[in-house]
Amino acid sequence: MIPTVYRVSERSVEYPGTFTLKLEAENPEPDKLPMRFAPGQFNMLYAFGVGESAISFSGLGSDDGNLIHTIRAQGNVTRALERLKAGESLGVRGPFGIGWPLHATVGREVLIIAGGLGLAPLRPVIYAGLLGHLAAIRVRLFYGARRPSELLYREELAQWGQQLNLEISVDHGDGTWPGHIGVITDPLQAAQIDGANSVAFLCGPEIMMRFCIQVLLRKGVPASSIYLSMERNMKCAIGLCGHCQWGPNFICKDGPVFCYEDIRPWLQIRSL
Amino acid sequence: MKTIADLLHEHPFFRGLAESDLQFLASCGENCVYHKGDYLARENSQANHFFLIRSGRVAVETFVPHRGPLCLLTLRGGDIFGWSWLFPPYISAFDARALEDVRSLRLGGECLRNKCEQEPKLGFELMKRFARIATERLQSARIQLLDIYGPDHQGHTA
Repeated sequence: MIPTVYRVSERSVEYPGTFTLKLEAENPEPDKLPMRFAPGQFNMLYAFGVGESAISFSGLGSDDGNLIHTIRAQGNVTRALERLKAGESLGVRGPFGIGWPLHATVGREVLIIAGGLGLAPLRPVIYAGLLGHLAAIRVRLFYGARRPSELLYREELAQWGQQLNLEISVDHGDGTWPGHIGVITDPLQAAQIDGANSVAFLCGPEIMMRFCIQVLLRKGVPASSIYLSMERNMKCAIGLCGHCQWGPNFICKDGPVFCYEDIRPWLQIRSL
Repeated sequence: MKTIADLLHEHPFFRGLAESDLQFLASCGENCVYHKGDYLARENSQANHFFLIRSGRVAVETFVPHRGPLCLLTLRGGDIFGWSWLFPPYISAFDARALEDVRSLRLGGECLRNKCEQEPKLGFELMKRFARIATERLQSARIQLLDIYGPDHQGHTA
């Protein structure tokens, strides 16, 4: 699969080292439809001369074909992407993978549980909920971050707080922070949840997801109603190279979103 | 007007306890309101009370020289604060400061200890409830220490 050349049309810094790029196709073919993707899928973004990195979609699919990706500068590729300025080009392959099962939200309470950068792959689900595309009874967002200055999409968070049930928890903060200080499992534990009628979508550091899953199970959310987005080192993105093999699964092809019931054994194997 | 026993009954900490036990404990309690900025407890001072927070937010803090108060945790309606009254020397380990107006039930530590001695079955039930919350807080503190949102836990981004 050959990358398509895109251009950075907008660039914004979420907080130092984490940024959001809006991309538009450089030479869109008139008869070609814009890229369509499902929430939870990802693209391989190619920093020319450096390499590719798997980055989830963090915006809405739009008719103009613009793509939005939120990225943390962590390795050589993402640091090269961070250096891109508006107007500069990069390669895009995608979309890849299996996203969030939006059909599972119909008639249920949706618990969106995000940690740190994990909010980015869940943002399209939040948009879907706000636009009434989910047919859910209610959408609740639990968002944990390191500190108030390391929250993603701060302006949107303020709006979301008025539109859906939002709990933000930071590990470290001072008395001026109006939300919870502690860990994300605290507000999750305190929440009144109709477990049997809920579906949970989790994305964040694996250790955070493991602790949140324990709380969800205690609250009666069935393992079959818990979905999480996994992350491993992806290269080819089509299940051929084996870099992201995890048990019998390839994260890029069989995931990144998995049902907890299906992957529980693999989460408990420490060397995977 | 609600009695102290009614208010105990409403708080999650006492959920499921027999009415007779709540009546027995009620004489230890008083209804309190703290305004924003008031301290429910001060670090290194006598820990005479156990607090059931009914509404409002409370910061659990410690003071760091040259830096000021450091907030470790916030509590809200349905939470409890304080178990230093359980064990000698009955000294509070942290500050507890109201971040907004806080309504709470305050139970006397010595009174509670005496009741637990008088009714060991009830005492054991309360100890189990304290132990569970203490375990949850310990687990939370450990997760905080892991710094799970830091770069060491951010997966495999190239």
